[in-house]
Parts: sequence; C-alpha cells; structure tokens
Amino acid sequence: MTPIRSQECKPILYDGFAAAWPICLGYFPIGMALGVLARQAGLTPLDMALMSLLVFAGSAQFIAVAMLAAGSSPGAIIATTFVVNFRHVLMSSALAVHLHGVSKRFLVLFAYGVTDESFAVNMARFRDGGWDRWRALVVHHSANGVWFIATVTGCLVGSLIPAGAFGIDFALPAMFLALLVLQFQSRIHVITAILAAAVSVLCVLYLPGDSHAVIAAVVAASIGYMLQRRKPSDREGAA
Amino acid sequence: MTYPDYLLLLIGMGLVTYLPRMLPLVALAQRRLPQGLIDWLGQIPVAILAALVAPGLFVTGEPAVITLTRLDLWVAIPTLLFALKTRSLGGTVFVGMGLFWIGGIFLQ
Repeated sequence: MTPIRSQECKPILYDGFAAAWPICLGYFPIGMALGVLARQAGLTPLDMALMSLLVFAGSAQFIAVAMLAAGSSPGAIIATTFVVNFRHVLMSSALAVHLHGVSKRFLVLFAYGVTDESFAVNMARFRDGGWDRWRALVVHHSANGVWFIATVTGCLVGSLIPAGAFGIDFALPAMFLALLVLQFQSRIHVITAILAAAVSVLCVLYLPGDSHAVIAAVVAASIGYMLQRRKPSDREGAA
Repeated sequence: MTYPDYLLLLIGMGLVTYLPRMLPLVALAQRRLPQGLIDWLGQIPVAILAALVAPGLFVTGEPAVITLTRLDLWVAIPTLLFALKTRSLGGTVFVGMGLFWIGGIFLQ
C-alpha cells in the first residue's frame, strides 16, 4: 500500500468533494429533519451529536428517535438498528471487490462511513475508473461531517422550519432514484432493479418486520446474476 | 432513561451498525473472490437501492396497502426521468424536492 504524498492531496480532496456534494445537499435537509424530530422526542443537541457520531446511519437513527419517543426498550432499539443496517453487509462485500489487498487499518477506518449514499456514489466511480480508496474515503468523511452538522443544527433550531417545507420529505427518495440510475450499466441491471422493487413491495405487504430490503436485494441480485450468466455478452454492454 | 443508559444504547447501536460494515470489508478485501461472487455482488447496488426506494413510493398505511395515488409516486416519475436524462445526483435532488414542494402546495 503506497502512502499519499502531500502534493497528491489536493486533487484527491477536490475529486472527493466533487463526488460528495450532491450527497451533502440531500443530507442537509434530511439531517435537519432528524434533528427536529429528535428535539421533539426530548433529545438535546448533545444527545443528537453523540448519536450521529456513534451511529452514523440515517434511517436507523430516524427509527431510533421514533422508538425513544415511544418509550421502547434499549434492547428493542438495538435489535431494530441491527436489522435495518444489516443491508450494509451486502454493500461492504460489494465494495471489497474494489478494495482488494488494501490494509486492514485503512478498511477499519473506511468501514465507518459506508452508507447507502456513499456506497452508491463510490461504486459508480470505481466502475467508471479513475477512482481510488482515498477519494472514496473523502466521500465518506465529508458526507459524515455534513450529516453530523445537519442533525445537530436541526436539533438546535428545532421548530423554526415548518414541517414539509421545501419538499424536504422527498429529498431522500429523490436521492435514491438518482443513485439507482447511476448504477444502471446494462439492461440486466434495469431488470434486477425492477425485480427488487417488486419483491421489496411484496415483502412489505406480506412479511412482518424490516427485512424487505435485504430479502429483495438477495432475490433480485440472484435472478439478475443468473440472467447475466445466460447472456454474457450483456455483461459490459451499455443500457 | 438515564444518561449512562443512553450512552450504552448508543454504543450498542453503534456496534450493530459498524460491525456489519467492517467485517465483510476486512474479510473479503484480503482474498481473491471467485468471479461468480464478484458478478453476483455487481447486481447488489441496483437491487438494494431499488428495494429501499420502492416501498416508500407504492406502499402506505398500517397495515400496509399499495396506493397508486400518492404524491410521492407521481413526483417520482418525472424525478426518475430527469435522473435518467441527466445522471445528475445533485440536480435530481433539487428537481425532486422542488416538484414535491410545488405538488404539495397544489394539493392543499
């Protein structure tokens, strides 16, 4: 593993920030919204800051705040967090393909920032080439920093922002739709996405709990993989 | 909940968040993966992102039912088209939030 020299830092930071700013743009309203909810649930800005530092996981934090407000037990909150964040096993496994042979020390630091958003951005960049682990790490930490600031700010300013203003509630779905489109590299990817959406909706309708994302992803990825094997010419083809 | 309890809760949540992110990276990055697994993992990004976003657009309520009339779904269509056309993450977030905001005002 080669260390980075100081003259290489500037382009790495620049490329990392350039890739991360759209995530930050989405994180700011979402993080603020979480902070506002946390304030209503009785959390102080310090509580919020500690949570965003120790548990960098947007959707799990939303659920935890709602469960705290409802008086759920710590065990139930931790178990729910585990189920909701289990999908990151799949994401980290997919990222490992692009981080072959990287030192454990780096990976231990890198793993902290694996989120849906940073994962999607970094995977697209790794595939397009010209991307490396340092740029990916800048994406992680800038997204993390903005998330931290946004959640604490939301907790501080509390009710100054009216609920639903500026389309805040759609920031996350819009970001996910764009992240999804960035992953489309072949027709099979589009088929996999449609399958995953359908299976996920069915799971939400008919299965209890929060396992829909993991189940749907595994089922759809497996079918997509089998389709790809039958039609290897599409592997590198454009959509 | 007392403060030590809250801190313990955060540490527990932090561990079950961090370990699923860290262990696969450390375990898999050190070895050469079979091509089949790499190909399967190549389908994971699209699959998981679609699986995460779809229920919020199509499903609502408790118990869950499919609803095709919600603003979320109808804003998602032009937002998705914009994303396909531009492949711009920041632009799509802007457009999606703007459309949802305007749509919400009209529906009031």
